[in-house]
This record gives sequence, C-alpha cells and structure tokens, in this order.
Amino acid sequence: MENRVTEEPTPEAAVTERAERSANADVLLDLRNISLSFGGVKALSNISFDILTGEIRAIIGPNGAGKSSMLNVINGFYHPQEGEIWFDGKLRGPMKPYQIARQGIARTFQNIALFRGMSTLDNLMTGRITHMHAGIFWQALWKGRAEREELAHRERVERIIDFLEIQSIRKTPVGRLPYGLQKRVELGRALAADSKLLLLDEPMAGMNIEEKEDMCRFILDVHDQFGTTIALIEHDMSVVMDIADRVVVLDYGKKIGDGYPDEIRSNQDVIDAYLGVAHD
Amino acid sequence: MSPVVLNTIEVILNGLMTGVMYSLVALGFVLIFKASGIFNYAQGVLALFAALTLVGFQTGQVPFAHVINATFGTDYHHWGEGMNTVLAILLTMAVMVLLAWLVERLVLRHLVNQEPIILFMATIGLAFFLEGLGDLMWGANIKVLDVGLPSGGSFWWEDVTRTWAAEGTEYWGMYIDVLDVWAAGIAVVLVVVLTLFSQYTETGRALRAVADDHQAALTVGISLRTIWVVVWSIAGFVALVAGIMWGAKSGVQFSLSLIALKALPVLILGGFTSIPGAIVGGLIIGVGEKLFEFAIGPMIGGATENWFAYVLALFFLMFRPQGLFGERIIERV
Repeated sequence: MENRVTEEPTPEAAVTERAERSANADVLLDLRNISLSFGGVKALSNISFDILTGEIRAIIGPNGAGKSSMLNVINGFYHPQEGEIWFDGKLRGPMKPYQIARQGIARTFQNIALFRGMSTLDNLMTGRITHMHAGIFWQALWKGRAEREELAHRERVERIIDFLEIQSIRKTPVGRLPYGLQKRVELGRALAADSKLLLLDEPMAGMNIEEKEDMCRFILDVHDQFGTTIALIEHDMSVVMDIADRVVVLDYGKKIGDGYPDEIRSNQDVIDAYLGVAHD
Repeated sequence: MSPVVLNTIEVILNGLMTGVMYSLVALGFVLIFKASGIFNYAQGVLALFAALTLVGFQTGQVPFAHVINATFGTDYHHWGEGMNTVLAILLTMAVMVLLAWLVERLVLRHLVNQEPIILFMATIGLAFFLEGLGDLMWGANIKVLDVGLPSGGSFWWEDVTRTWAAEGTEYWGMYIDVLDVWAAGIAVVLVVVLTLFSQYTETGRALRAVADDHQAALTVGISLRTIWVVVWSIAGFVALVAGIMWGAKSGVQFSLSLIALKALPVLILGGFTSIPGAIVGGLIIGVGEKLFEFAIGPMIGGATENWFAYVLALFFLMFRPQGLFGERIIERV
C-alpha cells in the first residue's frame, strides 16, 4: 500500500504530537448547554463540550448515559429543546439530518445501518452522494458531468476500499458479510463522504480482539492520513485511553468529566460512575 | 405439427403478450412499494390519467372545457389541430412529474411516519380524486389513442405458421396482434433502462438506498422528499407507458383504472418488492389464464379469465406469501 505511513512513530511520540496539534487547533463543533428530553424523561441535561479540528474525541459513560442521544443531536436525528450547536464557526439552525450530512458530518451506527441489499462498492458510492451534482437527466443519459463524476468518485471509492483492505468483498451484498466486515464497510461509507467530522457510535462493539485491533488501526490511520476529526463512543476503556486525544464522560445525561485521558483516569466521579458507587 | 399443438402455442404466445401488459402495471406498484412501503392503489388511475392527458394534448382538447363552458356560457372544446405525438408524450411526462411533486407536497409530506394502512387509504383517496379530475379535465367519453404504432393481426406470421401444420389438416395459421408485440418490446426496453438507471447512476443508487434503510439514507445526505418525488415521477412514467399500451389496445376509457386490480395477483405471485418478480408474475398470470381458459374453460362454461388470476393468487398466499421473488418476511417477536 503506497499511501500507508511508512515510518511508524513511537506511541509516546504520536500521543504528544497529537496533543500538541489539538492545543493550537480551532474548535470544529461547539455544543453549548444542550438539554434534550423525551416527554418527562431527561436524556441530556445542560451538556457543553467542544470538538477541536483534527482531534479524536471520545464520549464515554455507562449504559443509558446519553452517549448515543448526544450523537443523534449532533447529526440532527434529535433536536434538543435547549442549547446551541456551533459547527465550523457558525450557529446551526434547525436542520434535517440530510442537510447536516451535506454540511460535512458523517456517522456510523451502533447497530450498523448499511444498505444491506447493495454491494460494498455501491454502499461506498452512496456515501459520496453529497459530492455529486449532475442533474438526473444527464445521469439517465450517462453523459457529460454525470459521467465524469461517476468515474472520479469511483476512483476515490476504490482508494478507500484499498485502504480498508476490503477488495475481496467489493461486489458482495453487504447483508451477507460477517459482522466485523459490515462494521468496516460502514466505516468506509462514512469515510467516502470526506466529511469534516466523523461520528463513530461504538465502532468496536461486539468484535473479537483481532477485529478490534484492526478497527483501532484503521481509525488511527484515517486520522493520521486524512486528518479527519473524529468523535467516537466506545465502551472498551483500554481502547479509549489509547486512541483518544480528549475524553468527555456522561452519566445519567449529565457531564461528569472532560479532559485528557490521564485526567479522566484519575477522576473520582468517573471511577464512581463506572464502579457503580451508590448514589445518595 | 398437429393443430392442437399449434393452437396451444398460439394461446401461450398470446398469454405472454397479455402478461407483459399486466407486468407493466405491476412494475409501477413495485417501484413505489420498494422505496416507500406504500401500496399505491392509484397506480391504475395514474395510467388512465396519463392516457387521458396524452389524448387531450394530441387532439388539442381544452382542459376543463365542461367546467369553463358551464360557468361562462362559452363553447370551447378544442384550441387547435392538436400536436405532434412526441411533443404530446413529453408534455404528458411533464404533467406526471408535476403530479408527483404535488402528491409529495400535499399528501405524503403530511403522513410521514404513519402506518402503512393509512398511506394506503390516502392512495385510495388519491385514486378517486384523480379519476374525478381526469373526468373534469378531459371528459368522460371513450377516446381513441393512436400513437402511430401498427396494430391488427400479422399476416406474415399467419402464413409462416400455416406451413407448420401437418399435411391434410385444416389449419389457418396463428393470430398475433402486432400491437401486442410492440408492447412487449417496449416493456422489455423499459425494464432494461430502469435496471441500468438504478444500478449505474447516483439517483438510482439513492433510490435503492432509500428502499433499503431510511435512516441510513438520511445520514449519507439523501433527502427523502426529493427521492419520493423522483419515485412517483418514475411510477408516473411507467403509468404513461402502460396507459399508452392499454389505451391503444382498447381505447382510453375509465375502466382502464381497473387493470390495477389485475396487477394485484401479479404482485402476490412475484412479490411486492421485486422488479423481476413483477415481470415473471405478469407472464405467469397472462399465460396461466389463457391456457386455463383454453384447456379447462369449455368444460366449466368459460369466462374463467375473470377469476383465474385471483384464485391462483389465493393459492400462492397459502403456500408462499412473500411471492416468488419477494424478500422473506421475518417478523421478530
């Protein structure tokens, strides 16, 4: 693979380098005082945190803490009752999920939401839909801009397929693939969007150790090579502490911690939340 | 060959031709059902409406002539000689796209996330509305639709097949309507074009994506509303083709909307979500009902074509409810 990083930096050096990079970076997404409730149930209360351009930001917390709700707020499936969302320096008004996708936010799902009847290649091509602009008439004729676009996007998608090492399943309908590969295809589809922000909802859930290591490697490679900003939800603490630049911790819809992995590891509230200390 | 064999072949051929016409209507149903889970009861009326509009444009009728004349006491019926068939077809297509847009804007948009049965009811309403609108716009009389396709029996085929008969038997050759052959050819082209479009274009992929998973489609940036307008436009286009074929065959009349009922057993056989299923289902029904009428019909008093398709569908419902090609229905408890 020609575009793979050839010289592996030592892990410590990589972490320091990433920390330095995030220190001078701009804020890509700024969530201010977000509150979300369903009827009487408060899913998120008064949560604020930001995501810097170029960092890997982890969102962690016990089950039901509101992590997935947070992701759904960011990509527009849920509209918070209170709070402001600033994306790329602008206050975001109420928007449909597809409009938010076009602004440059791609995501994957905890339970995999692929187009199961379509091939891996078609799934990835669909991921590039925000970059296609030819009119339906020209598409039907396969001429002019439509033809050029198809070819250019196909090339881009083939590179992602190489990158994720899924050449052998290019033409396979994804519904037939094993779980681990489906997760990888879903990552590929999100990557194909060339988004500014990539949201990953438990990218390693349900995987065995080997698959987890692969996925970790892909996430870090994506981050290093394309400089993509990533926000991810993950349960495996060792993974989070290894790959995240900064971590935000939620519990019962409230933010109980926010900082570098080392700070989080020694944060008493976080330890209590995870060990299940009785609330009084 | 003995005349009995030749007659059977003739029946099968004619059955295939009829089947193609059923498939054309069923195709429109499948397109909409796949993308949005709506069983569009109005598909037959769409075909009728398209045919009416086409004839209206072709012959230069003034739309809503009755209403205008009754209100203002005028006497307008035609605005001129009419127009070229190709132009009329293009204009009718534009009307179908406009109709698709209006359906999304005025009906579907307000029924997002409703139960399928409610959407189904809405399309029944749409069917009655469109039937009334067609009547108001173009009048209720039976119209002749001539798009320049040849019709009538093929003498060439009659002569060819006459020579196949065994020596000394009385056989006068097979009858095949040329229009049916054209209809079959056009249907094949239509299906190939639709398949290529859905496989190799961005919008085609978006259509399949929406049919597969709404939520995932939204996250990659597909607007469901746009897709629905596109789907209904394509269904309108298929309805136009079906309307032209049926209209040319038996005149543009309001009973045309009832061919939608014949599409139902076709869909049950082929599966509601499969385009090849709609084609094969249509052919099976077409051949089946003609053969049944030919072989068994005389013994039980004939007219079996009216019910054969439905009885066949009933058997299918008992043994293979998802149809021949449909996705297996798995409900998790």
